[in-house]
Amino acid sequence: MQATRARPAGRGWEWFCWLYMRISAVVMIGLVLGHLYFMHIVNSTDTISHEFVSQRLATPFWRIYDLVILLFAMSHGVIGTRGIIEDYVRKPGLRRGLQWTLYVLSAAFTIAGIYVLVAFQPGQLSR
Amino acid sequence: MYRGGLGMLAWTMHRLTGVGVLLFLFMHIYETSLILQDPSVYNHALEIYRKWWFKPIEFALVAAVIYHAGNGVIVMLVDLLPNATRWHKKAVSYGAVVFGLVMIPVAWIVMIGPMINKFSK
Repeated sequence: MQATRARPAGRGWEWFCWLYMRISAVVMIGLVLGHLYFMHIVNSTDTISHEFVSQRLATPFWRIYDLVILLFAMSHGVIGTRGIIEDYVRKPGLRRGLQWTLYVLSAAFTIAGIYVLVAFQPGQLSR
Repeated sequence: MYRGGLGMLAWTMHRLTGVGVLLFLFMHIYETSLILQDPSVYNHALEIYRKWWFKPIEFALVAAVIYHAGNGVIVMLVDLLPNATRWHKKAVSYGAVVFGLVMIPVAWIVMIGPMINKFSK
């Protein structure tokens, strides 16, 4: 094992993944640190509630912000974990099984996350 | 290519924090999805986050994200800049110091302060 993932040769799918990890990383440094700062430092898990989240999601800005984080974080996490499985799991069958479990699970959670962000209507229940 | 024990340790931690944050993301999506139900359901779920024993876990999450972001910057610099073998270890050492310093206020705000608050009530 080396200290970073080596840049793949050529311009194929592996190279695209390598590059995508770096592009999504740069985007998320701002978005995720902003999210942490706003939700854990300015506010806290002691003060956030259904009311707080409803008000937050009432603005399109935060809905899009959350959607962008969701898509980038999930795709970045899936490509990263896929690489870890590739490096540590040598049996081809087990490797494929684990990777497909990762893909199906992450796809299901991504769809659920998108559904929540699109379908939620502030005030539909609290009024 | 051999880059030294410290560099490999940083990379192993990078992978561990990455998988940890991904697992949290799954839970975070589930917990946020409760917003579609009655407000009491969501608020009841969030009570777990307000327990005193959850604060160290919350701190670990925030620390993992900050570590992953910081080491990620070093990883990208290793890719971009020349002679990385020569300075990578040093960058990790300096990074560890910066990380430690950043963790002091973060630990206070996210973990220690709220825990003192809960115990003094």
